[in-house]
Amino acid sequence: MKSLAQALSVARKDLAIELRTKESINAAGAFAVVILLLFSFAFDPGADATREIGGGLLWLVFAFAGALIFNRGFARELPNDCLDTLLSSAVSGASLLLGKSFANLLMLLAVEFLSLFVFGIFYDVRWWLRPLELAALCVLATWGISVIGAVFGALTVNLRLRELMLPVIIYPLLIPLLIAAIEITNALFSNRPLGSYELLWGRVLLVFDIVFTALAMALAETILVN
Amino acid sequence: MPQAIELDRLWKFYGDYPALRDLSLNIAQGACCALLGRNGAGKTTLLRILAGLSPFQRGTVRVCGESPRSEKARRLNGFLGHGIGVYEDLSGLENLTFFARVAGIERPASASAHWLERVGLARAASMPVRQFSRGMRQRLALARAFLHAPSVLLLDEPFTALDDRAIAMLTELLTEARRRGATLVLSTHQLREALAIASHVALIENGRLCYAGERTGDMLEDPALLYRLYTKLGAA
Amino acid sequence: MRDKFVVALAVAAGVLLAFNLYRIFLVLPDEALQGAIYRIIFFHVPAAITGMIGYFAALLLSLAYLSFGNFRYDSLAASVVEVSVVFSVVNIVTGSIWARVIWGIWWTWDYRLTSALVCVLIFSGYLMLRRAIDEPTQRARLSAALCVFGCIDVVIVWKSIEWFRTQHPGPVLSIRTGGGRIDPAMEQMLYLNFAAILMIAIALVLIRTRQEATAREIDSLRRIANAA
Repeated sequence: MKSLAQALSVARKDLAIELRTKESINAAGAFAVVILLLFSFAFDPGADATREIGGGLLWLVFAFAGALIFNRGFARELPNDCLDTLLSSAVSGASLLLGKSFANLLMLLAVEFLSLFVFGIFYDVRWWLRPLELAALCVLATWGISVIGAVFGALTVNLRLRELMLPVIIYPLLIPLLIAAIEITNALFSNRPLGSYELLWGRVLLVFDIVFTALAMALAETILVN
Repeated sequence: MPQAIELDRLWKFYGDYPALRDLSLNIAQGACCALLGRNGAGKTTLLRILAGLSPFQRGTVRVCGESPRSEKARRLNGFLGHGIGVYEDLSGLENLTFFARVAGIERPASASAHWLERVGLARAASMPVRQFSRGMRQRLALARAFLHAPSVLLLDEPFTALDDRAIAMLTELLTEARRRGATLVLSTHQLREALAIASHVALIENGRLCYAGERTGDMLEDPALLYRLYTKLGAA
Repeated sequence: MRDKFVVALAVAAGVLLAFNLYRIFLVLPDEALQGAIYRIIFFHVPAAITGMIGYFAALLLSLAYLSFGNFRYDSLAASVVEVSVVFSVVNIVTGSIWARVIWGIWWTWDYRLTSALVCVLIFSGYLMLRRAIDEPTQRARLSAALCVFGCIDVVIVWKSIEWFRTQHPGPVLSIRTGGGRIDPAMEQMLYLNFAAILMIAIALVLIRTRQEATAREIDSLRRIANAA
């Protein structure tokens, strides 16, 4: 499908730039590690209770680090009027948003992997016990975050208060997704079987992803062309 | 004669303020239209609407028979705005390959290499644009705009800030584009260069079209003629 | 004509509210289990419902703007959101006071209060976005897009937080009148005060809409002056 190919080209271009400059990943990765460190002063890192809230800790770290990545996402199109060039090219608005979401997804997954590693060491949590389920959860939840990040990164790109507005707008919207991810992660870290309660949250994740991806595609032109 | 661009009673508002008022203009395929007018007249606004970068509120706009945001129009147009439209952190080759790929060109990498050769940047192919000189950036921008052989070229003050080499290259590319039947719309303050290649002229003031017609010999001799005749400004 | 209608509406709302206040504080007896504080329900619940109606109306108005491009829809949407946020805050504050008197704590993580808070945050973001964009057409389009996202998210937020708070293992606090059916006199009062609050809300929306239109007119005059 042509739109998909265009989206992948956009993602590939963004990742090429990111691999060369490493701006977003370095900033987001460092930020994640710092927050994990700060949390260690807020909670007793070794206690059993920490294992119960580990999911919450991690997904907050991912959300905060994500904002740094999403800010850069469309901001890197501003110099030299590259955004205008892209919008007037054969790439449709929906493909552009999709491509940016793919790039956000991969960058945030990289930061998440780093964070999990550091988290396991700092907090003595064995996060690798259920790798496939954890991977599936991370991809599903991170996709939702990435789409919202791409949409509102585009929406706020020309605003003077972009760095402030983006987190303020996206965090309340992400609450259902974060709750779902946290609940499932807590179950996985405690090595509990995924019961009907966790599967309910899995469905919430799926609905969130589908609804907001569709909405993003539908409103892409409205948001990008103004 | 098929019309490449058709504007019918176009109005563009910023809130309640009309930036473009009741603009009706047809540009035939193969024509080269110079868009004249002082700063703030609406030239850039009009070009952006044609390029699909700006919505409009009333009237109709057709580029190659379709809406400017349609896939066909965007595929066929080439836009050169004020910015050079290339990524600083990628090399010249990577930039062109990306734009070639999204334009659907077969073998994007070799097409890009060919164009780099054409604009004299072959030796700098793997150098990041960040390290380019100003003249090199201008030439890369030209390559990016002409790479996919657009049928409709929309150029916003293309001669501004170009060095001589780039001006010569641009003129050559424009002539070649006209030869293959492309339609050109260029806004400009450089009256002489533009009028030399233009077949038609459109003058905009305060968002209104004051004059539209063929470029005559009078205009070549006295480029400020139109401003004197049709606007309230007097001599430009 | 329109101004007369707004004034008439405001006066009518004021009269009804005065009448309601008289009945609430001087006529109705105390509730059996909660005492005097239960009267807060006559403000808490109507404010909540007015807020939710407002958010739903804002969704429709935003979709109307995106479809038709008429600025009237944008002005209305912005005004409705602003007034709805105010009433949601009233809802949250009255809920908080109620919790303080009944349970001794200023905040309970009751799912309705929490969801109301999230709604306030989402639509505060909308209001902040509007303030950050100067150009009216861009402001209208982008805030309409945000409103659509926000309103659809509100649905998911409400259900999610409800499931989180009611199905999550652990203690759950809930604000309800102490069980049993509501007394018919109280129920009637609830509807009457809901009517008064809704009328106030509509009057505020109309006043605010006029301000938005005037601001747009000023913006265009400024552009005309700059262009000359």
